Amino acid sequence: MTDKPVFTKADALASSEKVHNLAGMAKFWSWRYIILRRISQIAILMLFFGTAHWGWQVAKDVPLLIGNLSASKFIGLIPLTDPFAALQIFLTGHVLQKESLIGAAVVLGIYLLIGGRMFCAWACPVNMVTDAAGWLRDKIGIQPIFHLPRTLRYFILVATLVITVISGLAAFEWVSPIGMAHREIIFGLGMGFTALLAIFLFDLLILKNGWCGHLCPLGAFYSLVGKTALLRVRFDTHTCTHCGECAKICPEPQVLNLKKLDERGYVFSGECSNCGRCTPICPEGSLKFDFKPLIRSHNMQASVHADAIAVQRRTR
Amino acid sequence: MAEKGPGGLNPSRRDFLVKMAQGAALAGTGGLLWDYILRSEARAAPYALRPPGALAEDDFNAACIKCGQCVVDCPPQILKLEPAGGALPIGTPFYDARTGPCIMCPDIPCMKACPTGALSPELKKIEDARMGLAVIDIENCLSYKGLRCEICHRECPLKGKAITLETHPRQTSKHAMFIPLVHSDACTGCGICEKACPTEIAAIRILPHKLVQGKIGEHYRLGWTFDTQITEDFKQAPQAAPSSTPEPGGKPGGMDYLNEGGL
Repeated sequence: MTDKPVFTKADALASSEKVHNLAGMAKFWSWRYIILRRISQIAILMLFFGTAHWGWQVAKDVPLLIGNLSASKFIGLIPLTDPFAALQIFLTGHVLQKESLIGAAVVLGIYLLIGGRMFCAWACPVNMVTDAAGWLRDKIGIQPIFHLPRTLRYFILVATLVITVISGLAAFEWVSPIGMAHREIIFGLGMGFTALLAIFLFDLLILKNGWCGHLCPLGAFYSLVGKTALLRVRFDTHTCTHCGECAKICPEPQVLNLKKLDERGYVFSGECSNCGRCTPICPEGSLKFDFKPLIRSHNMQASVHADAIAVQRRTR
Repeated sequence: MAEKGPGGLNPSRRDFLVKMAQGAALAGTGGLLWDYILRSEARAAPYALRPPGALAEDDFNAACIKCGQCVVDCPPQILKLEPAGGALPIGTPFYDARTGPCIMCPDIPCMKACPTGALSPELKKIEDARMGLAVIDIENCLSYKGLRCEICHRECPLKGKAITLETHPRQTSKHAMFIPLVHSDACTGCGICEKACPTEIAAIRILPHKLVQGKIGEHYRLGWTFDTQITEDFKQAPQAAPSSTPEPGGKPGGMDYLNEGGL
C-alpha cells in the first residue's frame, strides 16, 4: 500500500490529548468526595444565608431553612437542633420547649444512622478552614511544636458539661468558633473571623489537625454519637497491600489501625468523619463506603473469593 | 515489695498521684479561665433590649441557643445577633430602639420562632411585653422647655396608657407646658418614641427595667392610698352626704336655695 502512514503526528497529538483528558477525568474522579463535601458545606451555608437575606421560600410564607447550625427550621415544618447545644441548655436547668427537643432528636437520629462526624466533614464550616490549613501545612512541610493526645477532646467535652452546670451558661455555645463563624456568615460580621484565623494558624503552624482532631468538644460529642453508625468505610483485608497511603492522608489516622480493621472488616471508630479521603486514594480499592449490614456478607464473599484464588494458585 | 522512693512512697504510685494532681491542676485552671470568660461575656446582659417575651436576664442567657430564627422572622428586620467581640453577650438577639424600634406585631412572630422558649410563649398579648422602659431626660426634652413637641406621645402605640400628657399652665417667665409622662404599667419598651424623638440624641430612651426602676420597699405604708381605721373615722357617713336625689316634695333643696333669691 502506498497510502500515507496510518498514524500521523496529528493523531498522536489528539491521542495524547485524549490521555490527558482521561487523566484529568481520573484526577477529578479521585477528588469526588472533597468536591461533594465542599458543595455540601457551602450549600448548607447558602440555604441559611439565602433564607435570611433573600427570603428564599418553598411556598408563600414558608421559608426554606431559617436559623443556623445551632437550631433551625426546614420548610417551616421540621425543626433541627444541635443536640450538643440542647444538652448544654438542658444542663443549665432550662426546660427546653418541645420544638427544640424534637429538633435535637431528629438531628441525633440522622447522625446515629450516617455517622456523627459526618457533621464535621460535610456540614461544619470550620472544616473548610482546617482542611485548608492541613493542606498548606503538608505543602510547606511544617514540623509540629508539640503533640497533644487525641483523647484530649473527650476531657474538653466533659469540662464543657461541668462548666455548663457551674456557670449556668451553655459553656461551648458561648465560645464556639463554629457558632461564631456560622452566625457571622449568616447574620453579619463581627470579630468571629479572628477565631477562625486563630484556628487556621494553630492548625497550620502549631499542631496538625489541631482543632478538629484534638480539641473540638462538638467533634468529640459526635464521635460518641457515631459509634453505631450504619454508613462506614469497608475494609477489604484480602486486597490491602499495607502501602499506608490511606493513613498518610487521613486526618484521624488512628482510626485506620489495620490490625483492628481486619477483625471488624470496617472502620469502626466513631472518630472517622466519613470524609472519603482514603477511599479514592487506595490503589487497591480496599476501602469503600458501604452500609454496615452489608459489610459482613461482602467480606465473607471476598474471603471465599480470595481462598478460591489461593487454591487455584496452589493447584496450578 | 516495690522499693520505696523518697518519702517512703512507691515510685509508680507517686508518679500516678503526681499525674493525677497535674491533670487536676490543668483542668482546674483551664476550667476557671473558661468560666471567667463565660461570666464576663454574660455580664453585659443588663444593657440589652431583648425581643418581646424574653425571659429574665440569667434565664435568657441560659436558654437562648443563638440560632437567629427570631431575627429572620422579624417583619421590620430590626433584630440582630450580637457578633463576637461586641458589647453585648455573644450571639444573642437584641434591637436598637433609636435606629429600629419594635413595631409590636400582634401575632409576635419572633416569639413564635424561638425553638427553646428563651422568648417565652407565655406572652399572649404584645401589650403585655416588657422589653424595656421609656425614660425621659427632662433636661433635654423639648416639651419640658415649653415647646409644643409631644411627638413621643403622638407616636406611642399605647398612647394615653403608656405615655400621657400633663399640662402645666403658663406661669410668669415660663411657657405653658405639655409634658409627656411614661407609665411603667403600660409601657412595653417598643422604642417607637425613641425613634421619633426629634432631639439630636433622643431625650426619651428605652432602658432595661433593671437599670432605671426603683423599689420603695414593703415597709412604706402609704396610709392615704387605702382604707384604715383612721381614714374611716374621718370619712363622712354616707347618709350625711349631700344627695342630689329629688326630695319627696319635688324640687331639689339646693336648687330652691339658689333660685328663690334668698342670697
